Amino acid sequence: MPSLKVLLVTGRTLRQGQGKEYGKLSERYWKSVAICEVDPDDLKKLGIKENKPLKITTDYGSVLVRAVKSLRGPHAGRVFVPYGPWASIIVNPETHGTGMPSLKGIQATIEPAEEGEKVMTLPELLRQNFRKE
Amino acid sequence: MVGMTVISNVTCPGCGSLCDDLEIDVENNVITKVRNACGMGESKFLGYSMHRPTKPFIRKNGELVEASLSQAIKKAAAILAEASYPILYGWSNTSCEAQRVGIELAEEIGGVVDNTSTVCHGPSVLSIQDVGFSTCTLGQVRHRADLVLYWASNPWSAHPRHIERYTNFTEGRFRSSAWNKYLSSLGTYRSERRMGRAFKLVEEIGKAAAETPSGLPLAEKGARHLPHSLFEKERKMIVVDVRKTRTADIADYFLQVEPNKDYEIFQALRALLREEELEVDSVGGVPVDILEDLIDVLVSCEFGVLFFGVGLTMTAGKLRNIEAGISLVRDLNQYTKFIIMPMRGHYNVTGANIVSTWQTGFPFAVDMSHGYPRYNPGETSVVDILSRGESDAGLIVASDPVAHFPRSAAENLVKNPLVVIDPETTATSLVADVVLPSAISGIEVEGTAYRMDRVPLPLKKVVQAPKAILSDEEILRKILREVRRIKKKGGRSNG
Repeated sequence: MPSLKVLLVTGRTLRQGQGKEYGKLSERYWKSVAICEVDPDDLKKLGIKENKPLKITTDYGSVLVRAVKSLRGPHAGRVFVPYGPWASIIVNPETHGTGMPSLKGIQATIEPAEEGEKVMTLPELLRQNFRKE
Repeated sequence: MVGMTVISNVTCPGCGSLCDDLEIDVENNVITKVRNACGMGESKFLGYSMHRPTKPFIRKNGELVEASLSQAIKKAAAILAEASYPILYGWSNTSCEAQRVGIELAEEIGGVVDNTSTVCHGPSVLSIQDVGFSTCTLGQVRHRADLVLYWASNPWSAHPRHIERYTNFTEGRFRSSAWNKYLSSLGTYRSERRMGRAFKLVEEIGKAAAETPSGLPLAEKGARHLPHSLFEKERKMIVVDVRKTRTADIADYFLQVEPNKDYEIFQALRALLREEELEVDSVGGVPVDILEDLIDVLVSCEFGVLFFGVGLTMTAGKLRNIEAGISLVRDLNQYTKFIIMPMRGHYNVTGANIVSTWQTGFPFAVDMSHGYPRYNPGETSVVDILSRGESDAGLIVASDPVAHFPRSAAENLVKNPLVVIDPETTATSLVADVVLPSAISGIEVEGTAYRMDRVPLPLKKVVQAPKAILSDEEILRKILREVRRIKKKGGRSNG
């Protein structure tokens, strides 16, 4: 399976802001945050088509999100995931004594999802990671 | 509220910009139209009732089951009164009045009260405590600023009306709006692209000619490296970020830097300001020639403002990045007027810091377990407490840490008894043990909130809350009363 080492940045998007205000259980929220914006050339290298599941792995965890072609390129080797439950699975909890975890500029690997793997909904994600829902 | 009413000058409980010029149409207690709001604010006013619980819930045998308000209050109070080291977290999406009661409750139960700035601008607060900062109100920026820098911040997405209300696209008393300039540059850009495409078809022009070392548009050779508009008297905007954001698209100039290199760039600019020679070709992915021109632009403005986002607080260096930014602004004040301001995210996160400071002396991460307030971020901050697995219960008010904390911290939060007070269904409320739905501050409840420049504004009530749904403040008061009753009866106390 092809994979690519990248630098992960998390952050806000307008759609994420709208989605969270609309409702955390809404499809709108899921569609706006369970995504990863990737440089179109990087997607091509991995053979991932837009809207197909993509696996992001860091030292802290791994999660499946929907691959989205970045409109803000070119930025080869850098990927963006909006703030939300999916991004939080893979961010660095180290606060360096400040209280603030390291949520941007994290080393990560991206690769296509295995056959049949799907991006989880919020209740599925909570069940898998916290065994409560 | 029967019939149609138009409520004007409504403050938007959306983001730290706290726009207070919204007009809301209400018909039979339903919001039908929102004017002047951004996409985020409009979604909040029109979508707030879509996914909200209207009854309290208590977890029984692993399932959340409906409960009465008094049952839920009693259960919540029992959890908190019994705990040895509870955390009380959130607070940035509610009014100052509720925050005040939350701190009283933390003192009563000997808990740690922390707000969302701990995972937002907490490092900024630490830096400001270390070195101070020169700042002003957004009104002054609107009327006087001729140079606006957004550093590691993307207001187009996170504070959508910030540029329109407070900076480049607003008509100030002493500064004109740059809106028309932007529109004409957009026209030029589009026609250039059309021309470029036509040329490509004919001549197959290579890509190299259009590229620069950091992907920036260069001026002609031998001339200045930055666009001429930055050296003019008009209002101008510079965006510094690790990726090209929507805000970067509308800026006069976009400076792309390498991730985790902001500290180096701030210090390089400070060295250049002191007229020191940099013995390298580039810093943080930016050629020194460009930094030299940039410092010229910063020095030659009349009133500059540096707005910075969490791109500085969450990356390598954290509080040291902010210290370097504040120090650059301080140095610039030897030559011109320059101020610095954090772009606060949640609409009342500034209020959370302010209320916490006047109640306890500290702005966040306040530990009351010794019976008096202690403040030592890194030790008394919620993510660190959770990562070490030290807390034994949690009260979350108006926040969703399960969605936004790193997994290891969220796991320890969920492992212990968890009480959630929130108007909406969130990732945290889905895994809580007691859920107390509340009325929405700024829509169903009046109150006070602080804008990012520390100006307090009134929140309005535009519709009636559903029956039997109380405000955060009222729910917290009921829990506090019940906790005191338990303690009086001889229950465990930790104050």
